[in-house]
Amino acid sequence: MSAVTEAAAPLLDVKGLNVSFFTHVGEVRAIRGVDFHVNARETVGIVGESGSGKSVTSLAILRLLPYPGRVTSGGVTFRGEDLLQKSAGAMRALRGDEISMVFQDPMTSLNPVFTIGEQIVEALAVHKKKKGAREARAKAIEMLNLVGIPDAASRFGAYPHEFSGGMRQRAMIAMALVCEPSLLIADEPTTALDVTIQAQILEVMKDLREKTGASVILITHDLAVVSETCSRIIVMYGGQVMEEAPTRELFENPLHPYTRGLMRCIPAQGGAARERLVPIPGTPPDLLKPPAGCPFVERCGEAMRICLASRPVFYGEGRHRAACWRLDPEAPR
Amino acid sequence: MTDRVRWDPLPPELQASEKIVRPSMTYLQDAWRRFRKNPAAMLGLTMVSVIVLLALIGPAVSSHSYWEQDLDRTNEPPSAAYIFGTDSLGRDLFVRVMTGGRISLLISFIATFVSCAIGVVYGGFAGYAGGRADNVMMRVVDIIWTIPLMLYAILLMVWLGTGLHNILIAITLVYWVNMARIVRGQVMNLKEQEFVLAALVQGAGSWRILTRHLIPNSMGPILVTATMMIPGAVFTESFLSFIGLGISAPLASWGSLCSDALGALRPYPYQLFFPAIFICATMLGFNFVGDGMRDALDPRLRK
Amino acid sequence: MARFILDRVFSIALTLAAVVTLTFFMMHTVPGGPFAQDKEVPPEVLRALEAKYHLDEPLYLQYVNYVKGLLVWDLGPSFQKIGVSVNDIIKQSMPASAKLGAVAFVFVLLVGIPAGIYSAVRRDSLPDQAIRFVATLGQTIPSFVLATLLIYVFSSKLKIFPTFGLRTWKHFVLPSIALGGYSLSFVTRLVRSSMLEALGQDYIMTARAKGVPEFQVFFKHALRNSLIPVVTYIGPLIATVVTGSFVVEKVFAIPGMGKFFVDSITNRDYTVLMGLTILDAILLCAAVLIVDLLYGLIDPRIRVGK
Repeated sequence: MSAVTEAAAPLLDVKGLNVSFFTHVGEVRAIRGVDFHVNARETVGIVGESGSGKSVTSLAILRLLPYPGRVTSGGVTFRGEDLLQKSAGAMRALRGDEISMVFQDPMTSLNPVFTIGEQIVEALAVHKKKKGAREARAKAIEMLNLVGIPDAASRFGAYPHEFSGGMRQRAMIAMALVCEPSLLIADEPTTALDVTIQAQILEVMKDLREKTGASVILITHDLAVVSETCSRIIVMYGGQVMEEAPTRELFENPLHPYTRGLMRCIPAQGGAARERLVPIPGTPPDLLKPPAGCPFVERCGEAMRICLASRPVFYGEGRHRAACWRLDPEAPR
Repeated sequence: MTDRVRWDPLPPELQASEKIVRPSMTYLQDAWRRFRKNPAAMLGLTMVSVIVLLALIGPAVSSHSYWEQDLDRTNEPPSAAYIFGTDSLGRDLFVRVMTGGRISLLISFIATFVSCAIGVVYGGFAGYAGGRADNVMMRVVDIIWTIPLMLYAILLMVWLGTGLHNILIAITLVYWVNMARIVRGQVMNLKEQEFVLAALVQGAGSWRILTRHLIPNSMGPILVTATMMIPGAVFTESFLSFIGLGISAPLASWGSLCSDALGALRPYPYQLFFPAIFICATMLGFNFVGDGMRDALDPRLRK
Repeated sequence: MARFILDRVFSIALTLAAVVTLTFFMMHTVPGGPFAQDKEVPPEVLRALEAKYHLDEPLYLQYVNYVKGLLVWDLGPSFQKIGVSVNDIIKQSMPASAKLGAVAFVFVLLVGIPAGIYSAVRRDSLPDQAIRFVATLGQTIPSFVLATLLIYVFSSKLKIFPTFGLRTWKHFVLPSIALGGYSLSFVTRLVRSSMLEALGQDYIMTARAKGVPEFQVFFKHALRNSLIPVVTYIGPLIATVVTGSFVVEKVFAIPGMGKFFVDSITNRDYTVLMGLTILDAILLCAAVLIVDLLYGLIDPRIRVGK
């Protein structure tokens, strides 16, 4: 097992994170020992199907887990500070300023009773970024321009319901970036949008990342989305990290059977349309009774007896690692 | 596990054994399971069952009858012979409260059932038809909705005259409106959804879509509303009887018993206490059941 | 917006017309007529009485005349009280009902809304559970039981508050609680549930992710969104509560509109019954209209479109 080594201290470092939801039917262990890091000015993709724990991870970083969720153990270090130890006030000051977030559904993520402008200015106001109302307004309009909203000055006073889905998501991105955060977490930012709009939003995000120098965590279930935007990809399943690698490396040489399964689910670009798409059979594990072994065991075509009994460790070299017993030197090829 | 075996391929039956973690349940089984786990809902169900049972068998097991007077033993406090005491005419209050319960519950059950039937048909039709028919039908509902419910019931009672079946008619005519609105809203929502389109594509007719798809899928809100209507009807009935527009002597309902007790409240407070406690317990019981059902039937909570 | 208001005004006019027509014909077709119970009235006197109140005219003419009177707010004479008009009765009885209603209304709002917000913000805490318990209980006690219970405990036994009338502030305490008890419970539960509903929305997460302080999350982002169901309920509530309660005014012997209403039922004083019903309906419709206009202020989505 080789640790992933980096020269400089990472911007964000998540270590051994465990998150549970204490529901009336019992403890749902949504995240079980997740490690990953994000370097400065880097875009990292977290990929997994629904229920894999990717969104919960991001909410845990911001300490915004909805009731009755709780971080049960592990650490989240941001710029050398442990976020889990911070006071509620200090954490609040950090949110939206240092780390901000874009959510999946732009239809419901904007407050319907306030104008787009008011909601962007609010982000500036709570972090005391701009002196006067006029200056804040100017900054908000500048951001709206930057995310490609035409005629931004006149759209400043519009309500969310007067915007289309794509426009709302642009406004969300403007709002998230208005305080110039060093880390942006985008949770399925394109899932709720039309395919043509998806590409535009991804373009806006890429463009803004270059302009502001922010690091980005892009959470998605769509490998195609991360392949174009991210330098490194983390594959999650059943509340655990399955594989992690630089994007090219992952696509050229996927180590984990789950990653390979995911790739068979996307149509090859430009290639002959002859190739068959192969779905992964079965459903994700029930995290109310988390499996003792590999969470993917019941859907895996290459499962061994050991996969059912104990949780695999990470194998791999350099910046590529995967948690699968098949990679063990002792395992049969 | 020996070192050799652990690297063997996992036999399919072992792999599958992991698969079914939770037994699959039908929607109603699942709802019932959640309902049972809710202590308030179960308490409510118990309360309602006990009250209904008492009203059903209470008058039969007692040695007194609700109309039999004993003018030598008027206004007696609760004792072994008369466990709830007697009223101003020497009638046994226990039997009167139980018989009153029969009347109150009977009225509310029938009124709820009939107004639900009307509401479901009316609301279902309006919602499914949409357009002009819906507009006209809902205008009518809106007009009735705007008139205060009690005022409307009182006017109806004045017009119809007092008596058991008139109370039933008045309550039914007031209550169907609520159900019609809810069913219409549900149907409007559901008919836009894909499974209706799927049924249409398969050639299902309007009637079939309404009765097989739309109404069964609205059953949750319909049941919850109906459960909440029962205590509402108990309330309305007792209120009408209380202001002298409901059941008249020698018959009794919980409301008329409370009304009778009012005159002699100071010396004989127990005469109000017993019927009042039954009204409150019934309300509380049905409210708990209704809340529990809402939580249990809410598909968003299904996990 | 203009179209929206116009549509609402039209709808309300329609409702009022329906109420007037319905009450008129119901009250004029009650079996027996208004003087039926006075058995000793000789037929010629009865005829004279009917002529005096124009009851011998064809029904449609009576209806037209009644509506004409309504347009200049003349509700006609009382059938039972000689020389007293329905307008007089309203003038005389409305102040007591309105005063009591206003006190009860303020009581409901001042206690119910904060209790509901507190309950939602401190969800599942001990105070929340206590508030929910009391509110559930409050919704199960009929007002006549609550009213008599209050009199029995606080004026008969403890002798803290007076029983009858509305002379000093002490007279207002028990009837206000009896009148507002149910609504208070309802408002508390409604505020709690609509606050929780709003707090579960995605935009609340967005506000928190932006670093908005919790206080602002609750009172700026959640409260305004949760106001619609609350306003929907309390608008008509004010109309209902100021026109008097049949039960509370009867139990506390308050000479308000509710008491006259009940009296007019037992006396078969149909013009009074009709007049009070129509007044109730007008006030209620006005309240509903105001609520509709308030929606526009609260929620911009309603402002433009439908």
